[in-house]
Amino acid sequence: MSAAGLRGFIIGALFIGLILALISCWVYGRRLIKTEKTDAVFGNPVKALGGWHWIVSGVATILLVWLYFSWDAARAFFPHAANELCQVAKVNTAVHPMRSSFPFDERLPKGTVILDRENAQLQRITNVLGGPEFSDEDRSQLQPYLDRAQGILTSMASEGSVDDATLQAIEGVAQRITDLTAILEAGELPEGADAAIIQARENQPGWGDSTQEVPVEPTSERGALFDSVAKPMAEVSKDFSKIRNTNEQFIVDVETLDQELKDLSAASNSDAVKNFARDMGKLLKRVDNGAVFPPGALDPIEVALANFHEVQQEKQGSLKLIDSFAMPSGTILAGNTACSEQGSGRWLPKPSDTFATLVRLSDPDVGYKGFPLLWYKQKPLSEMVGFLVPDFIADLIPGEYPRHGSDGIVQANFKSKVLAIATGNFDSPTVPVPTGHVWDSIMRVIAGLFLGILLGVPLGLFMGLSRFAKGFFDPMIELYRPVPPLAWAPLILTIFGIQDDGKIFLLFMVAFAIMVISARTGATGTQLSKIHAAHSLGATRWQIVRSVILPNSLPEILTGIRISIGVCWGTLVAAEMLAGTTGIGFVENVARKQSDYEIIWVTIILLGMLGLLFDLIMRFVIHKTIPWRGKG
Amino acid sequence: MSDLIADAIDMTFTTPNGDVVRALKNVSFTLKEGELLSVLGPSGCGKTTLLNLIAGFLRPTGGELTLGNSEIDGPGVERGMVFQQGALFEWLTVAENVDFGLRMKKADKKETARKVEEWLEIVGLQGFGDTPTYQLSGGMQQRVALARCLINDPDLILMDEPLGALDALTREKMQSLVLKIWKETGKTIMIITHSVEEALLLGERLFVMAPRPGRLHKEYSLPFAEWGLTQDPREIKNHPEFTQTREEILSMIWNMEEEIMGTTSS
Repeated sequence: MSAAGLRGFIIGALFIGLILALISCWVYGRRLIKTEKTDAVFGNPVKALGGWHWIVSGVATILLVWLYFSWDAARAFFPHAANELCQVAKVNTAVHPMRSSFPFDERLPKGTVILDRENAQLQRITNVLGGPEFSDEDRSQLQPYLDRAQGILTSMASEGSVDDATLQAIEGVAQRITDLTAILEAGELPEGADAAIIQARENQPGWGDSTQEVPVEPTSERGALFDSVAKPMAEVSKDFSKIRNTNEQFIVDVETLDQELKDLSAASNSDAVKNFARDMGKLLKRVDNGAVFPPGALDPIEVALANFHEVQQEKQGSLKLIDSFAMPSGTILAGNTACSEQGSGRWLPKPSDTFATLVRLSDPDVGYKGFPLLWYKQKPLSEMVGFLVPDFIADLIPGEYPRHGSDGIVQANFKSKVLAIATGNFDSPTVPVPTGHVWDSIMRVIAGLFLGILLGVPLGLFMGLSRFAKGFFDPMIELYRPVPPLAWAPLILTIFGIQDDGKIFLLFMVAFAIMVISARTGATGTQLSKIHAAHSLGATRWQIVRSVILPNSLPEILTGIRISIGVCWGTLVAAEMLAGTTGIGFVENVARKQSDYEIIWVTIILLGMLGLLFDLIMRFVIHKTIPWRGKG
Repeated sequence: MSDLIADAIDMTFTTPNGDVVRALKNVSFTLKEGELLSVLGPSGCGKTTLLNLIAGFLRPTGGELTLGNSEIDGPGVERGMVFQQGALFEWLTVAENVDFGLRMKKADKKETARKVEEWLEIVGLQGFGDTPTYQLSGGMQQRVALARCLINDPDLILMDEPLGALDALTREKMQSLVLKIWKETGKTIMIITHSVEEALLLGERLFVMAPRPGRLHKEYSLPFAEWGLTQDPREIKNHPEFTQTREEILSMIWNMEEEIMGTTSS
């Protein structure tokens, strides 16, 4: 089974499973409501408790809507429909130039539209001629031109204006359309079509397998039939466009009149006369391609096209239903080299494709922009030692650093060996360290959050206990806190650079303000009697802060951390979009520039899941650390 | 000897608006070691201010407070306190609450554990050591508060309406417990209460305070606490002497309240 086939099978099974789940949950829910009819109280909050089956229904509905509107369900159940619709679209594209000359999709035939427009234009010019800027002399001089133009328009629509060659061409086109109709109706495949279908199926990627949305070569008999008609039909269309109602007399009349108008304009000094000549010239240009035929002259083609359309619709059969019901809001269009999904299927990525993209990006060898999503790499321990041990430790050791001797050899001593260790310049085993876009984003949030808590909580407690601290530090915090974090981003990123430092500092600013405020609220909320009790139990000031005020503030502090995580997470993504070369926000931003909807959705889903994960962890921590909240 | 001596205590508060409130005026008394004192009075008579002064949470604006040979200047371990709502540290277990004072002193851990066991047994909470305090009922919380205070071996125990928030039945049990502890430990205890019956039952001596400014109004010496060690408290409450004293004090406080209402309405 091909990758697309397997994907289709899984999605198909999922779709049916979801529908069954939805139905059974609704039935269960209805039955439950019936059994609870004895409770006559409207608004009883107990009625809102529980209800896992409605949760299942909600999730199933979301997934079903997604599967349906992204055309993933259509692809699973009708894997060839898109390809067949592509062939139909080819036929439609071929026929369209002809059909647009007749009142099929338009309200009026093309000739009627032209005559209507140009008659109105002549009338307008006539009205202008009656105006004060023309003298009576002008009028009598110019009126014949109008009459002759009217005559040309009339001549085009009059019976017998069409010459024999044109009549034959019309008959020819009509005949060829009729022939193609017959081919389509009979369902005759051109010779070798079966082999071609098999070949096409083997050679081209399936629907959604590549960046090309819909495979362009027919992969089914129905598709091949339409494909075989589409090419000759395009030829017919081209020939039709060459048919013009331009007999010799017409050409001579138009050219003569045009030339006389030019001469008139050149000879005259009057602007009004020049304008008249120009307007008339434009009118002639618009009609000289001979697109107007006498009524009924094109009837053979119109009839042939109508027949063709009827047969074409009939031959589509179930395809029409699939198109309208399984592929909502849009259809498939044929371009010059490929067919594309035009509708919600285009911008709403199919869940299966999105998941496949996630799997593809998760491969550490693929990743995104040469960097894995989440993986590990071997790093020498010496690097970490070099990072953790400050270099000046070597300076503190008594003695001198070695100097080279006259033999040109540097003799290492103890001091220089210590320096080598402090700078991480030694051989060491490697250890696995996490790496990747996701890891980078998480580490930035954790680093910013950690710094914010480390500095924010003590300051917040201090501010909650001291009037001086509250008054002194409040202006500083309130000066920057109300500014949206992203407004700081350009400045911070300029100062600290686009690497981790800038983003971590930005997140620190966000977390710090929140932590200060929550710790302060917590400290202020400590019951005086508890502090009294601690006092009379012999606690010192520091012990009271550590053992009474801090634990008493824990609910507020933990809530603050929870809020901080959310805000940091949002700020981080935006900061990564602004600048940087790694992180989930970076991935999304690059994907946006390339309009890669699947990767955009992958990042959205990743961000959502990580945010949820953080929140669940915090909820768990809160549940474990402060079960006494609100019960004191 | 660690007697509590209050010598002409004055306490005035100045509100931020500049109004001066006289909470206590010229309060003098001596509480001998091992005495059981209950303090009664209408609201606003300065009972709690007096207690906070003795606990050291406030410093008097006039007069002198001494316990034993040292002047009271700030809170101290030698004056244990039991609060109305227990004021337990709800993030700690029962045992951790009880040994809080010893832990702050960094006392020997084994010794501490032994003492905690001992005190939990005295207050009737053996086996509850690892229970989080927020899971306890109000009466049990007050038992923990008692143990937490007593484990520090204070010279003087101050109780600020300790049984005020309890239901009647629990209250009676706790009253017996307080009497039992008083007898077994021989501690000096000062109880503030708004219940006349409780004041009579838990007071070897009883101060009735009067408001505006807060002052000692009348002092009684009562036998009921002594009786309570051996007799059923309900019988004591029906004793004619008990009922007579109760009615006397009730009407006294009633009149004080009336007076306040009168002055405020005029």
